[in-house]
Amino acid sequence: MSTTIEAPRSPYARAPRKRGVNWEKWGWIYMRVSGVVLVVLIFGHLFVNLWLGEGVSALNFAFVAGKLTNPFWMVWDVLMLWLALIHGGNGMRTLVNDYATQPLTRGILKWAIFASVAVLIILGTLVVFTFDPCPAGAPADLLPSFCSAL
Amino acid sequence: MTTATITPPAVPEATPSFTVTLMIRRFNPEVDAEPHWQDFDVELYATDRVLDALHKIKWEQDGTLSFRRSCAHGICGSDAMRINGRNRLACKTLIKDLDITKPVYVEAIKGLPLEKDLIVDMEPFFESFKAVQPFLVASTAPKDGKERIQTVAQRERFDDTTKCILCAACTSSCPVFWTDGQYFGPAAIVNAHRFIFDSRDDNAAVRLDILNDQEGVWRCRTTFNCTEACPRGIQVTQAIAEVKQAIMRGKP
Repeated sequence: MSTTIEAPRSPYARAPRKRGVNWEKWGWIYMRVSGVVLVVLIFGHLFVNLWLGEGVSALNFAFVAGKLTNPFWMVWDVLMLWLALIHGGNGMRTLVNDYATQPLTRGILKWAIFASVAVLIILGTLVVFTFDPCPAGAPADLLPSFCSAL
Repeated sequence: MTTATITPPAVPEATPSFTVTLMIRRFNPEVDAEPHWQDFDVELYATDRVLDALHKIKWEQDGTLSFRRSCAHGICGSDAMRINGRNRLACKTLIKDLDITKPVYVEAIKGLPLEKDLIVDMEPFFESFKAVQPFLVASTAPKDGKERIQTVAQRERFDDTTKCILCAACTSSCPVFWTDGQYFGPAAIVNAHRFIFDSRDDNAAVRLDILNDQEGVWRCRTTFNCTEACPRGIQVTQAIAEVKQAIMRGKP
């Protein structure tokens, strides 16, 4: 006779913690660190683009093209792109975790967030590093006016 | 010889009383499919508490009204409820502090399974509490073989979190807990904090590891609802932040 009698008021089951890297902790730390760095990057970006020199009226295709030939601004913009998109994506993942109760909706929403973040990061990085305002062999009427001066 | 003096009989000034309307969220699992609001008019004094109003209803108007209360003096922690949308102890909320020109809304705390009227199933709450090992673990022998002596500063370190009465006002005010009942909740973290920062305790690393979890301290969004709700004035959000710091340092 080995009948197991269930203990009265059986405790609610809580899944044991999985071993390995704790992504929740690193996600939490990432949000704080990237937030501080982004404050500097974004306000620096706004200050240079909208305030310095002629201010906002200097902003045009040539201004952006000029900035993207400078390695300093290329690194600045890529950093801003990666940090901001991952920061925003992780924040939206947190909201989904908090408010999406069905596993299916949760999965779809998280997958959509991940996909949009990945696409934007890849496209943005590609643009910053391969941008050429005056591609060789393009018809002259499609090029900005400063290309003829080169 | 005595001088007869006529003292006027002491007539105490009549204490003004007020008719207060209470809206109570009723639920009888044997009859109702959904909870519903029911209003009661009660004659009360300014010095009465919401608990007195509930007693008057139960004893004089409707004996089926169900709620928990034990000590009625803010220590046992059994009568936490949502009064006018805020988690309070019914025995510590005075009528004079409420706006009685409007009905006073009383309902059960949120996020835990409703059993009847103002009573919820507290078992998930206590399960989280038990999971953080809320007891002293002292596996090493004390220094002089007798006592574990603590300085005033060492005692002060965790003094705030010793005040917890496990009323669940904080945990059931937490928006994360409302949507995700797996979250440990503020009360469990407060009680872990009480032992993590106790110099006599040897198991801080284990508790920090338990709370370093997807359902642990990282779910806290620092909304301060818990600090606002605590009837004992514990700085709950600060305690949670201190546990986060301790997890990042790897020691208390």
